[in-house]
Amino acid sequence: MKHRLIPSLVLGAVLAAGLTGLAQAGDTTPAQQLARWSAEAGAPGNATRGQNFFNSRHGGEWSCASCHGQPPTAEGKHANTGKAIAPLAPAFNAKAFTDTAKVDKWFRRNCKDVLARECSAAEKADVLAYLNHLK
Amino acid sequence: MNLSHLSRALLLAAGFGTVGAALADSGRAMPRAVPPAYTAECASCHTAYPPGMLPARSWQRIMAGLDRHYGTDASLDAATVQQIGSWLQTHAGTYKRVAEEPPQDRITRSAWFVRKHDDIEPAVWKLPSVKSAANCAACHTGADQGRFDDDHLRMPAGLSLRQRWAWFD
Repeated sequence: MKHRLIPSLVLGAVLAAGLTGLAQAGDTTPAQQLARWSAEAGAPGNATRGQNFFNSRHGGEWSCASCHGQPPTAEGKHANTGKAIAPLAPAFNAKAFTDTAKVDKWFRRNCKDVLARECSAAEKADVLAYLNHLK
Repeated sequence: MNLSHLSRALLLAAGFGTVGAALADSGRAMPRAVPPAYTAECASCHTAYPPGMLPARSWQRIMAGLDRHYGTDASLDAATVQQIGSWLQTHAGTYKRVAEEPPQDRITRSAWFVRKHDDIEPAVWKLPSVKSAANCAACHTGADQGRFDDDHLRMPAGLSLRQRWAWFD
């Protein structure tokens, strides 16, 4: 019996480790994302500018805050469907901005909803500076 | 109980679980295995609608037009579209009332949906706690798991006294 139990324990541990790895994704950090967009923009992100950008409607129907809240430190709500959205500020959500592919995808998708275009590197740097300073 | 008995019992239990899920609410419950991509890409913005709520043709059109997805650009890479799309095709609705392709491929415009919700006043859909008929979870607390039976209902915040009375009719 023992010799059959041990391999399954090992398998279980390996699976658990694998799942934990998946859940955290973790190929980047909010600080690295701020550095990345600042470098691309050629200037450091600015939290005050980021806050203005985040709360403005840019001529359209929604601001970033329409879904993520103002400030985005608690659970948000999709402005159209009411679907719950995890807090965006990294101090309130350990998973926020820890997966490069997700950061790119959601900036692309959500900037199109708010601004009807993709955001510039400078705008992303400002938003990251704002979100990272919320505690 | 030795191991082989135990595993047989577990297999049997799992088997019954499958049958139970398939029979629940005319087969419109969520399939057991939901691709993580469906949860990540679709259910981030709206209810994880059970694929059985629309016919295959409707899902096909939706997946082919993600860049114009009900007012938003929800486009995905080709591999993810293929993965989610084939899962939707496999589990699309075949039950006779879902065979109909609703206007704009909206679940909420299906005849069965309209009939099921015809006691609800227009003002209720517009409550801040509801926002839209697409927000199933405003009342159906098990919506993301595909549970839409009356046992998992809750009243949305902001109903008037009259509307709260009507709830029990």
